[in-house]
Order: sequence, then C-alpha cells, then structure tokens
Amino acid sequence: MHRRMIVLLSIFVIASLMGGCGKSKTSITLAGSTAFQPFAEKLAEQYMSTHANVSITVQGGGSAVGVQTAISGAAQIGMADLVVLPEEAKQLTPTIVARDGIALVLNPANKVINLTMQQVREVFNGKIKNWKEVGGADSPITVVSREAGSGTRSSFEQIVTEISLTKDALIQDSNGTIRETVANDPNAIGYLSHGLLNDKIKAIKIDGQECTTELITTGSYKLVRPIYLLVKGTPLGEVQNFIDYILSADGQQTIKANGLIPAK
Amino acid sequence: MNVIGEKGVQRILSVTAFSAISALLLIALFILNEGLPFIFRYGLHDFLLTSDWEPQAGKFGIFPMVAASVWVTLGAMVVGAPLGIAGAIFLSEFVPKSVMRVVKPTIELLAAIPSVVYGFIGVMVLAPLIRTYLGGPGLSLLAACIILGIMILPTVISISIDSIQAVPQSYREGSLALGATTWQTIHMVTVRAAKSGIIASIILGMGRAIGETMAVIMVAGNAVKIPHSALDSVRSLTANIALEMSYATGLHREALFATGVVLFVVIIILNSVAIVALRKRVAKK
Repeated sequence: MHRRMIVLLSIFVIASLMGGCGKSKTSITLAGSTAFQPFAEKLAEQYMSTHANVSITVQGGGSAVGVQTAISGAAQIGMADLVVLPEEAKQLTPTIVARDGIALVLNPANKVINLTMQQVREVFNGKIKNWKEVGGADSPITVVSREAGSGTRSSFEQIVTEISLTKDALIQDSNGTIRETVANDPNAIGYLSHGLLNDKIKAIKIDGQECTTELITTGSYKLVRPIYLLVKGTPLGEVQNFIDYILSADGQQTIKANGLIPAK
Repeated sequence: MNVIGEKGVQRILSVTAFSAISALLLIALFILNEGLPFIFRYGLHDFLLTSDWEPQAGKFGIFPMVAASVWVTLGAMVVGAPLGIAGAIFLSEFVPKSVMRVVKPTIELLAAIPSVVYGFIGVMVLAPLIRTYLGGPGLSLLAACIILGIMILPTVISISIDSIQAVPQSYREGSLALGATTWQTIHMVTVRAAKSGIIASIILGMGRAIGETMAVIMVAGNAVKIPHSALDSVRSLTANIALEMSYATGLHREALFATGVVLFVVIIILNSVAIVALRKRVAKK
C-alpha cells in the first residue's frame, strides 16, 4: 500500500518535472480588466493553438490591477477599460484593442425606454428618486452601481460626468450580479458591459440613441469606453506578435463575435 | 527504541499544535502591521466615527459599516437566539433520546451548507418577498438579519443542548419533588443552571454573524449609509473589505486592513467573553 503510493508519487513528481523541460516556451501574462478577461482568454487560446512555443496566462483583478501589474512587471500586458488612464500609466505604451459600450439597464417590467444624459446624472446623484419624474410608474427608483475602483464604474462616471453617487445606491461587485439585481427588481436601474446584455433585462436609449453595435461604432451612442492593452516600454517579440494578432482581422473577428466592438 | 519513537511523536505533535498558534499570531501581526499605521495617521476617531466612505476622494469613515455590522448582528440575534434556545430546550427536555439522535446532527448539518447558498436563497426568495410585501429594494438589513439568524442556529442550538444536558438530573428531580411543573422546572431551574453555556452559545453565534461575509454581500445590498429602517440597504465591515479588496491600492488598501483590525478586535472580545462564560460552567460542575 505505502510502497505503491510512493511509486505513484515519484512518477507524478518526475512527470511534472519533465513537463517543465523540453523546448523552452515564451510565457506572457495578461492581467487586469474583468470585462476584457474572457475575450483575452479566448484570443490567447486561439493564438497558442497556432504558436506552440508561446504560453499565455490571463488573470483578472480589475483595471487598477492591470495598470499596477504592467508597471511592476508582474504582467507583461496589463488590461484596462478606462476612459481616462491614470497618471502613473504615462510610462506605459497603450494600444486600444476594442471598445465596449456601457448599457443602462432596467427591469423589463419598467415602461421607461429613454433617458437623457441629464436625467441619468440626476438619477445616479439621487436628485430624481421616483420613476414618475421621468415618465414611468409611481414607484421609487433603486439605483444599482458598482464598487469604488471598478473600471466600468469609473468609465460610467467619467462619461456621464458630475456624478456623486447617491448614498442609497445598492452596490454589486460584478457585471453579473448587477444583471441579477436588475432582473429581480422592477424598480432598479443599473449599468453593465454591452456584451453582457440578455433578455432578463432591457437596455434603454440615452438621448434617443439605442445601445447597439452599430450606434456604438458610429459614435452616436455616448457611453463607450476603450479597452487598452498596456505594455511597459516598447512591446517586443512575442508580446508585440500577440497584440498584432489581436488587432488582425482574425482577432478582431473574435472580439466582435463575442459582443465587443472592434477597435477599427 | 520505543522510547525514542514516543518522544519523536510527541515532538511532532507539539510542533503541529504550535503551528496553529503561530498561524494565529502571524495573522494577527500581519493585520495589525498593515492596518494600525493607517489608523494612527487618519485618527481613530475620524476612522470609526465619521460617515463618509469615498476612497477615491481620500475619505475613509467606517461609521456606516460599524453601525451596519452592529445592527445586522443584533438583528440576527433577535431572529436566531430565541429560535435556537427554544429549539434546544425542546430537543433536550421534551423529545425522546432516539429522536434527538437524528434531529441534532441534522441541525448541525445546517452549519455545513456553504454561505453562498444561504446568500443565493436570500437573493432569490427572501429579497423579492420583502420587496413585494414590505417595500424598499428588498436587498436589505432585514434580509441579512433573517439569513444570518438561520445561519447561527446550529451554533446556538448545539452548544445550548450540550449545556442543558450537562445540568445534573438531580436538579430537575429536586424541583419536581418540590411540586414544580415541568415548565417551571425548565425555566426556573434547568435553564438557569445552564445559563452560562447558553450565553456562550449566543456569543459564539454573534461571532459567526459578525464575521459572515458572502451571504451578507449577497443579501444586504451594500449601500454605504447608516440605516434608518430595517428595509434600508446596508454594508457590513466584512462586506466592505471583500467588495473593494481586489481594486484597492495604496491608502485605500491600508484602510481596508484597518477595517480588518476593527473586526479582529471585536471578534477577539466576543470570543474571550464566550470562553470565560463557558469556563464558568465547567467550574460550576
């Protein structure tokens, strides 16, 4: 019994050591934006299937982590979905690889279909507290927002401008839980990545512009943020090749097929 | 040979025993080291007693979270303690041993359900009910109290049962012989004799409630404000750390560690009180 365990264990150890040998692989780590993470994973998978000598790891952590890890060197590529990059990102080389619309979402039971930018601002500031003030039913508005530091929240507040979030706002820590909360509460309003819309919630028009791929691409729909890949210094070798791949027709097609807006 | 073996085993066991204690020490040192400098710099008074939490603007007042944690914990006690104690009395005094042998482990199984599952039930079932029948956003202080009240039941019930069963049979016999009814015996003799154990069970339940994170994040709505009613959304100290940890850097991160220090101190106080209460019971026996 014991002997067999030891034999098995040593086989396992030797095998795992041998796995590390062989041809030396270039490894690239991406970290940051959770909105771009699933796309980066898909792109990495595709890239690795044609480039056996490269191994790409994708980590989340949020846009702030993307900036931090790119500066510290913990990741070769940082991912950030911010409208305005922070001051310390000046030393990094940014590349816009995609755009993402931020959809304002309501419960399907809500009759409101359009808000002006000013109304959005006042709803999130807590000045408009009842749906009847913007043409809906007579019921209180439940504002749902993301946690401080979230890239989606920073982008949303930077585009809408002059937002100081009402203290009554519920806070959820991901696009997914925002969607659940709004889907369950007929009085809720929230915002999330355009790629994550589904039929449990409805996206409303802002200033009469619908949140669709076309209107985001043409620039009519205003709530759009760029997704940056950040590299320290000038990208070289496989890092540059991978970014080139993402910007290639193939890469952009993958981004488009999964709900983001291509960079070009 | 045998003696050497025995000594060796003893050594190994004492090392493992100390590893648990040193882990606790290391954790305590780490949290204090990361959090205390911030508290000193920002000021304990400003940190604990102002109510603006705006990390981006450099405002770190955790009073709303302290208030939320206090209310959530008290609310969970209001829901969980009477149910738990009544359940423990019923199970230990009125139910045959054979039933008890099935029911008690079943109740203890409640403790094995992951908190995310409690949270999920809270979001899917409880919050819509509260929103429909009582109003407000549903994700609220009340929802958190009810979910936590259920989560602390196994702690309260099993420790209370143990302490009620530890009351010598002669106490009950004496009381009954004096002509007291069963109910009089229970509330005037048995429960009173088991008092310290029951109090300890409540305090340990409080420790669990104040430290619970996942379920509270899911059902309490996490708004940073001092609650004015049970239907308001609140954010507990634990939720504050877990929600913002992944994005926090610099001062913000230190402030979250400082929040951890506050929690740590509160829980240590609660647990010490519980240990003293339990020790009293042992001394009495």
